[in-house]
Amino acid sequence: MENNSNFESRKPPVATTGILGWCRQHLFSNWVNSIVTLLVIYFLYQLIPWFLDWSVFSADFWTNYKGELIVDRTFCSRVADPEGDHGACWAIIIVRFYQFMYGFYPSEQVWRVNLTYFLLVVALLPLLIEKIPGRKHLIKFTIVFPIVAFILLYGGFGFQVIPTNKWGGLLVTLVLGVFGIAIAFPLGILLALGRRSQLPVISMFCTLFIEFIRGVPLITLLFFGMVMLPLFLPEGLNLDGLVRVLVAVTLFQAAYMAEVIRGGLQAIPRGQYEAAQSVGLSYWQMNRKIILPQAIRISIPSIVNTSIGLFKDTTLVIIIGLLDLLGIGRGALADATWMGLSNEVYVFVALVFFIFTFSMSRYSLYLEKKLKTGINMGAD
Amino acid sequence: MSENSIISLQNVNKWFGDFQVLKDVNLEVKKKERIVVCGPSGSGKSTMIRCINRLEEHQEGKIVVDGIELTGNLKNIDSVRKEVGMVFQQFNLFPHLSVKENITLAPIWVKKMPKTEAEELAMKQLEIVKIPEQANKYPGQLSGGQQQRVAIARSLAMNPNIMLFDEPTSALDPEMIKEVLDVMVDLAEGGMTMIVVTHEMGFAKTVADRMVFMDEGKIVEEASPDKFFNNPESDRTKLFLSQILHQ
Repeated sequence: MENNSNFESRKPPVATTGILGWCRQHLFSNWVNSIVTLLVIYFLYQLIPWFLDWSVFSADFWTNYKGELIVDRTFCSRVADPEGDHGACWAIIIVRFYQFMYGFYPSEQVWRVNLTYFLLVVALLPLLIEKIPGRKHLIKFTIVFPIVAFILLYGGFGFQVIPTNKWGGLLVTLVLGVFGIAIAFPLGILLALGRRSQLPVISMFCTLFIEFIRGVPLITLLFFGMVMLPLFLPEGLNLDGLVRVLVAVTLFQAAYMAEVIRGGLQAIPRGQYEAAQSVGLSYWQMNRKIILPQAIRISIPSIVNTSIGLFKDTTLVIIIGLLDLLGIGRGALADATWMGLSNEVYVFVALVFFIFTFSMSRYSLYLEKKLKTGINMGAD
Repeated sequence: MSENSIISLQNVNKWFGDFQVLKDVNLEVKKKERIVVCGPSGSGKSTMIRCINRLEEHQEGKIVVDGIELTGNLKNIDSVRKEVGMVFQQFNLFPHLSVKENITLAPIWVKKMPKTEAEELAMKQLEIVKIPEQANKYPGQLSGGQQQRVAIARSLAMNPNIMLFDEPTSALDPEMIKEVLDVMVDLAEGGMTMIVVTHEMGFAKTVADRMVFMDEGKIVEEASPDKFFNNPESDRTKLFLSQILHQ
């Protein structure tokens, strides 16, 4: 009976578990590791308190160090009292917050933007949460959401028309980012499938398209959309500036998305195609039910990576005169009342971008984890 | 083509690039007949049965399955694939779908069967292959033998007239071969028309109506199992048998 105990699992050795064990293993395993750990701790010790002090504890929000309401740059503590130890002057963001969020959208109509944001969250829910009740009906809403959003934001159907040159700030950034990604994703799938198509005409067209778009900088495409696209359109049809930019951004993103998804498609073993064909699935059924779900799952990190890239690239529209979040920030800095507060503006803009891109990145991690559980892609 | 053939291959030729994999292959299979195909690797046996449901395209000759000739016509290919089920060496289950979903997928999407009916059908098929308790697991959680039985159930759910098996036990651990072969024997006794590429000679002896031996793209010998194992005609067959039976 003594032999039996040999087959029972033992607990792992104490020295490798717990906080102390973890620290020893990962932070102080040898002297190089220990020195690096100490250097990093010192660096963080210097940086974090300084930044917190600058951005929060010594910073101005509505009022300056004398308690006066800040209405222009001269009231900022760090401008009024350059000798003193003062931090950021967030008043520029607070005073111009509306512009940062909506640009020059008329304030009596701004509920339409807020409603669109709310509906965007509703439209995203069935995509983000798989087990949400009534998912099937919510998905229907997600599909019509772009049209609803367009009518709400732009106007028509009884709503006052707000031309897109009044749009700005986060609104423009989100419109370009969300629509760009949402349209580019299905387009990218079609391009990827097209490039692998056995029909030479389709595959050649898709390859040419992808290679051309990828071979050109986004700025060139933006200029192309702004300046040259109208020349190709029939007379009288004048596409809105924002739409032209959106077309350029979407095509650019679609080309990258296509290559990312093609990478995923290549990882699917041939046996999956054969099994799908042998049970009688058609080309589209096979792709929709068998191939794409697996290919997209594999490509999630790259898809999110490309999407984050696009979201940040939307700031390039500043070059052709659209005022996105960064554009509004630069506009604020060019204004004599707030000149010289660039640190605050850029930190704020960076923070807003970070919130969005970091959420995307977290979501992709969550997806990867969720999809990994229970499913061994190796099949054996 | 003889009157009651359900599968008929006439002078089928096929090349991969310059390499000829099938050389004037002729084969007639009658309804409910069980054919076991064997031969050394690279002899074209897999390619031949893959031509029967058009996973491979033949370049010359004629293949007729249940009265439908396989040509470039996509409609014909679809109808043939509905008649013919196939089981692969590597199982090829869909790893992102549960066992039940693997089986219901084609009935729901190809036959437009209502979901509840398809699920009942799936459970029935899983009982036939003796693993109903695995219905909600994913393929990656099953053993190789279980996966292969799910693959068989998946094919059967489309109610095919013909089943093709492409080395169904070659990727399995020795302990699991029997459970798959048992299911195949049941199937054969139920009257399914079967073409099985395998080196399981025990299975061949019990089940086969006819043995087909292939080498270098040609059918070298076709005989009843009795004659094939005890008194083969060609030297190539004798050599092959001596090698696989004495290992």
